Amino acid sequence: MVRIHTEKMKPPRALAVPFELGRPFGAPNEVEFQRKVLHNCLELLERESGPVLEDFSDLPPVDENQGSENWACPVNFAPPMDDLNDADLIYQSLLQETNLLRPWYEEAVRNYKRSAFGVSGKTTAEIVRFIADLLVDPQNQQPPIDGVNLGTGFKRMADDLRYFYTEAAIARPDKKSSDIDVANWLWGETTLGKVLVAIRDYAMECDEPSLKVLSVTAMVPSHQRHRTKHG
Amino acid sequence: MVHISEMPEHLAKALINQELPVYESTPWTDLKSLKESRIALISTAGLHRSVDSPFVAGAGDYRIIPDEWDMDDLVMSHVSTNFDRTGFFQDLNTVFPIDRLHELDEEEVIGSVASRHYSFMGATPPHLMETVARDLAGLLKEDEVNAVLLVPV
Repeated sequence: MVRIHTEKMKPPRALAVPFELGRPFGAPNEVEFQRKVLHNCLELLERESGPVLEDFSDLPPVDENQGSENWACPVNFAPPMDDLNDADLIYQSLLQETNLLRPWYEEAVRNYKRSAFGVSGKTTAEIVRFIADLLVDPQNQQPPIDGVNLGTGFKRMADDLRYFYTEAAIARPDKKSSDIDVANWLWGETTLGKVLVAIRDYAMECDEPSLKVLSVTAMVPSHQRHRTKHG
Repeated sequence: MVHISEMPEHLAKALINQELPVYESTPWTDLKSLKESRIALISTAGLHRSVDSPFVAGAGDYRIIPDEWDMDDLVMSHVSTNFDRTGFFQDLNTVFPIDRLHELDEEEVIGSVASRHYSFMGATPPHLMETVARDLAGLLKEDEVNAVLLVPV
């Protein structure tokens, strides 16, 4: 997916694809297209000498770089909170967002028969409580998950919650969306996004090493870091 | 995340200019025909069964994905926030083409599918994965795998 890396490392056989990061086989639910990518890749096994680097230049049937003009989150939220100084109010706001999203999250699970939520082992209520408390009183928080440090525990819980929001947002297969559409909604129009940005701002300057090490690249995606203090 | 060409310039440069391992040579094994292949998938997407421990940055380990497992159970605990996951949420085959592989097996395009597949988490320095990768090669041989599809994310 990063052709120049393959050129430098020279694996035995490689197929260079033009797809965005996160989609090595092109697009979801495009069976024939995925088969074509896979078959083209496996055919390289029959080459008689190498290293082999060939290009797959087709694009998936759906233009994955353009969101649908019709996409919108299936739920209308109140605008994100302005005041992030009261943990209980933040908790209530996040709880309301997750409660409003839950029917759509469950719809997504029915439609796609799977979910990425659950890595942290916590419920959404437990996660929003912890995140609210971490934002307002970070120095007095204990690691939320047994056996892992504060930063790793926060990361797993935050990722779970982002997956919950995202899966709910894309619950309707008939409403096409791009990942950027959904990301802009999550990070720009929800209290969750605002809270996670604020936590990243704090973590970049804090003394807690397990938070700080994750803050640089693993808390906020690069295309949303313009919302943060440090970019 | 869109294509590298649409990343902020400093991030695209950092990705393109990332320090890479240098190999003296490229190993090569002949496989005359796909019909002779027994194929395992190895992903770097940080995939694992819901019952498995999540990946931890820098550990360099892998998770086992038995071929007979209910693949709808797989989750992703990759630490990076910089690649799209909506494709994975909707269809596992976007990152781990296990159904497509089974179809090719049923159609006798390939010889067979391995008993076990594996996932590492990328964003790990390669030298941290070398020891376990060598161990994994032994497991693949035990399973009579003669071809591996390494799938990035």
